[in-house]
Amino acid sequence: MLNNRHSVTLELSKCKGCTNCIKRCPTEAIRVRDGHAIIKEEKCIDCGECIRLCPYQAKKATYDKLEDFDTYKYKIALPAPAFYGQFNDLDDVDYILTALLECGFDAVYEVSKAAEIITEHTRRYMKKDGLPRPVISSACPAIVRLISLRFPCLVDNLLPIMPPIEYAARQARREALALHPELTDDDICVLFISPCPAKISYIKNPIGVEKSAVTGGLSVSDLYFKVRAKRKEIDIPKSLSSTGIIGLNWAGSGGEATSLLSDHYLAADGIENCIKVLDEIENGTFGDLEFVELNACIGGCVGGTLNVENPFIAKARLRSMRKYLPVSGNHISDAEALADEIFYDAEIGNNAADMLSEDRMTAIAKMAEIECIYKDLPHLDCGSCGAPNCHALAEDIVRSDAAMGDCLIQLRERQKKN
Amino acid sequence: MNDKVVFHFDIDGDNFTSAGEASVKIKKLLREMGFSPDTIRRVSVAMYEGEINMVIHANGGAADVEVYSDRIEIILADKGPGIANIELAMQEGYSTAPDNIRSLGFGAGMGLPNMKRYTDEMRIESAVGEGTTIYMTVRT
Repeated sequence: MLNNRHSVTLELSKCKGCTNCIKRCPTEAIRVRDGHAIIKEEKCIDCGECIRLCPYQAKKATYDKLEDFDTYKYKIALPAPAFYGQFNDLDDVDYILTALLECGFDAVYEVSKAAEIITEHTRRYMKKDGLPRPVISSACPAIVRLISLRFPCLVDNLLPIMPPIEYAARQARREALALHPELTDDDICVLFISPCPAKISYIKNPIGVEKSAVTGGLSVSDLYFKVRAKRKEIDIPKSLSSTGIIGLNWAGSGGEATSLLSDHYLAADGIENCIKVLDEIENGTFGDLEFVELNACIGGCVGGTLNVENPFIAKARLRSMRKYLPVSGNHISDAEALADEIFYDAEIGNNAADMLSEDRMTAIAKMAEIECIYKDLPHLDCGSCGAPNCHALAEDIVRSDAAMGDCLIQLRERQKKN
Repeated sequence: MNDKVVFHFDIDGDNFTSAGEASVKIKKLLREMGFSPDTIRRVSVAMYEGEINMVIHANGGAADVEVYSDRIEIILADKGPGIANIELAMQEGYSTAPDNIRSLGFGAGMGLPNMKRYTDEMRIESAVGEGTTIYMTVRT
């Protein structure tokens, strides 16, 4: 089982120390030192960009294995909606849910079902007066971490409602305890079938909630092969799914935003695109925008690095799957609307991990030093020093994390002179 | 020990799509120096509006930012057409932006008023045919 805070990790023996990952990391969290990459834990948001980029498969997402949880009396599967899009020729989600039970789970709770309930709460929340607009979706944990790290001004714009995965886990536990009074909460394990490392990290190190009700994170790719084998043996599936079109749509970019039934929304996907949108929002360039949905992965959750299928194919499959489904299979009553328990119970706060000093005067002096060093660097941003660009090297030097002699271009110049 | 740090940005007037990049850079730098989210937001909005103005009206210019522990001073200088009537230009909704820029959502006549709103001090020096320099101060 995982103990560390991050799912994205490095397999040292595979890393060649190339500069592909350092240059594309959206938070400049990676450096190459002593011939291999190191990830700065406090800056990593588990977006998975480096996993996609690494030509040597040295970056990988760590996740739990189903076998790790054999000691629990009762196991509940939480399949992400993106999971359904992995399967070919699937016209009924019930085959997948029944196959999950055959894999050893005692119950399933669809995250897409929770997504439809969260949608209903969000629609009501959006009607409140005086909200900091635009409201920004908090469903993608990589985006929430990015905002707390790089966009402190926008923390208050985050939708303070728990993400579907969390709601699903809590509801699944409640239903299990009601159905099986002989069980205690400790007998139950709730396992999310995750399309991405960011949601695995969320389970270990939640953001917005004190403690996650999810016990562990399995990967879509692991479960895919298990479920595919079992699916073939099923003649008549159990009637388990209650997901409508909205729940399935959450698997792709724009699904959450369109479900709010308002025209004043924006949906962006891909971490670099999301950063550009957040910069624009901070500048106040959008006047009448009400809701912003951001997904770190291209295509949305179907684009997560733990999936097996191409995101666009998965999205096309989900589209054909939703035919003849109700718009939404789940609703809340007015009495249930915006109950306290669906809101965040922990502050997200400003987690800027790159402050030069607590003391303002020291920070300014250090910044002046950085600018001074930067001026003399070649501005090629080649990455051969191990930092993503020349400015980052200057910062690293002042933070005592690199040395003046680390620039290879300058070294060559010095050799020429001698 | 340095009691201030100075940044210089050239604002490229030929490339409208790059307008706003200096504002993004200054945001990151201020965050690393531990300024509050509110201060960062005020500086970045004022910078952003100024950058956009310089690109729309003046074919670019230069932005100099001086960071002190208690304040941030921004100087935006261009060699554009100058502002004939500053009082009129400061009015909300007054704009001389061309139509092609308006179609992108700019030119609402809120640039200068926003710069004033988000800063503690703002002073405009302008001469028709010579250019405009705007001095802004944001106190922490």
